[in-house]
Amino acid sequence: MTNSTVLSVEGLKTYFYLDDNEIAKAVDHVDFAIEPGETLALVGESGSGKSITSLSIMNLIEKPGKIVDGAIYLNGKNIVDLSDKKMTEIRGKEVGMIFQEPMTALNPVYTVGNQIVEVLRKHKKMSSSVAKKRAIELLKLVGFPRAEETIKEHPHQLSGGMRQRVMIAIAIACEPKLLIADEPTTALDVTIQAQILDLIDEMKHKFDMGVLLITHDLGVVAEYADRVLVMYGGQIVESATKQTLFNDPKHPYTNGLLASLPSLDKQTDRLGAIKGTVPPAHRFPKGCRFSTRCPHVMEKCLHANPDLIPESDGHEVRCHLFK
Amino acid sequence: MYKYIIRRILIFIPMLLALTIIVFALAQAAPGDPFTGQILDPNIDPEVYELRREELGLNDPVPVQYFNWLTSILSGDLGQSIYYNGRSVLDLISQRFPNTMYLGVFALAITLMISIPIGIYSARKPYSALDYGATGFGFLGLAIPNFFFGLIAIYIFSINFGWFPSQGTITSNNLTGITALIDRLHHLVLPGITLGLAGTATYMRYMRSEVLDVLGSDYIRTAKAKGMTSNSVLYKHTLRNALIPIVTLMGFEFGALVSGAVITEQVFNFPGLGTLFLQSVMNQDYPVIMSMCLLFGVFILVGNLLADIFYCIVDPRIRYD
Repeated sequence: MTNSTVLSVEGLKTYFYLDDNEIAKAVDHVDFAIEPGETLALVGESGSGKSITSLSIMNLIEKPGKIVDGAIYLNGKNIVDLSDKKMTEIRGKEVGMIFQEPMTALNPVYTVGNQIVEVLRKHKKMSSSVAKKRAIELLKLVGFPRAEETIKEHPHQLSGGMRQRVMIAIAIACEPKLLIADEPTTALDVTIQAQILDLIDEMKHKFDMGVLLITHDLGVVAEYADRVLVMYGGQIVESATKQTLFNDPKHPYTNGLLASLPSLDKQTDRLGAIKGTVPPAHRFPKGCRFSTRCPHVMEKCLHANPDLIPESDGHEVRCHLFK
Repeated sequence: MYKYIIRRILIFIPMLLALTIIVFALAQAAPGDPFTGQILDPNIDPEVYELRREELGLNDPVPVQYFNWLTSILSGDLGQSIYYNGRSVLDLISQRFPNTMYLGVFALAITLMISIPIGIYSARKPYSALDYGATGFGFLGLAIPNFFFGLIAIYIFSINFGWFPSQGTITSNNLTGITALIDRLHHLVLPGITLGLAGTATYMRYMRSEVLDVLGSDYIRTAKAKGMTSNSVLYKHTLRNALIPIVTLMGFEFGALVSGAVITEQVFNFPGLGTLFLQSVMNQDYPVIMSMCLLFGVFILVGNLLADIFYCIVDPRIRYD
């Protein structure tokens, strides 16, 4: 961690306390850091803990969930224990967030302008006329040529891609140093996906932000990420630069994910699949959490969960195959 | 929007016409006429009754009777009450109307003031003691019949404690100014609560489920991620969305404001439209019954129109053009 590190998450544990005294360890000891201008991709299947990690950073975990341990340094300040009131001054200002489903992420009864102005007035203490001007600038920045009219429109008058642009405008309104994008393009069609990701990338360079890009699309990772964290069962199982991950994947889970990608070079009848599904977070197996689905499972895997150990410089793997 | 409202009002005309036909047909289908059921004075020649029927037009062919009735109500003449010795129906209704209106508005005000805050609280703290209490009250409120609740209320608060009057609308005509107003409100408390009970329970349940629903929605998460305080999240982002279905419900309630108080008014001996309606039915006073049915119909139509207009105001996704 350097002085300029935007976000540093250390030993984060977010548990959900279910009925019957069961504990779902949705995020179980996760460490990572993001530097300015860097895109860190967090990949994994549904249920692997990606979204809970991002919501933990925002401190938006709802009961029965709770951050039980760890530290989250945002611009050098630990925000994990801040009161809800203090957090409202950080959310939207020091960290912006966009979500998976643009169709429902904007409030249907307020205009686009109203929803952008709101965040500027809150965090930048702008007067409403100044905030309105700024909202128009922001909308132009994210690609609305006739922004003067767009601010008067309601979300239902915009398409999904357009709404996601509005979400980006809201997220970057206060020029945060960190942008969390939680599967920002999952609900969009492919051509729009590229536009939205390009826009996020452009904004990253413009504002020198760190971006935490949550996705399950390795194609997106290949295009936009600098570094990649592969998450499974609430833990990071492999951490590497993009090049290393694609050229030299170590963990059987990463290999499984890569094998499930269609390839232009190879002729295959069927795409690879990882057998089974992610076990629910309160039913993780005793040893390695991937042991129930791993093709290379060994006796040792059933008893002890391996640690995340460095394989080479900047490449860490959590697997008994590598020692 | 304006076009839509004008169109809606124009649609009223055929609907009202249809309503007059139904009302008239029902009155025709009812057995007997104003003279049956009364003890006929043996000293009066049956011929006189026949003459009277002829005078009132009761022997004309049905379409003629309908046409005569329709033209007279269109010219503002609602006819005369038969039971009340020829008093004008308009007079009878306008005398009772304000009382029923006060009662209805008072009941609705109580309903909204109680149900909406409790509904919101229940949704913010679901499964809390107050939420369970409110749920219990909700089921009780819906399950207890109006008249029974009214009687219990009279027994406890009027007879035992003597806090509120059990009947009527005013103590005396001599009161003026603020004392008269307070006296009127004092008389409205028990019937108002009785009339509003079921509504309170319904709105409370609606409000709870709507707010819970909205609080779990994506745009509320967005609002939180923008750093909105919990007050802003609740009052700005949640409430307006949660109120959309409530507005629809209130449109229906508007019609019930005038027609729904029949039983409550009876229990509290309240001189409103409800009591008048019941009396008229008992006495087969058709001119009054028919006029009131029409009035209720108009109120329901207007209520629905108002609901549609409000709907349009609170929910920008709805545009009628």
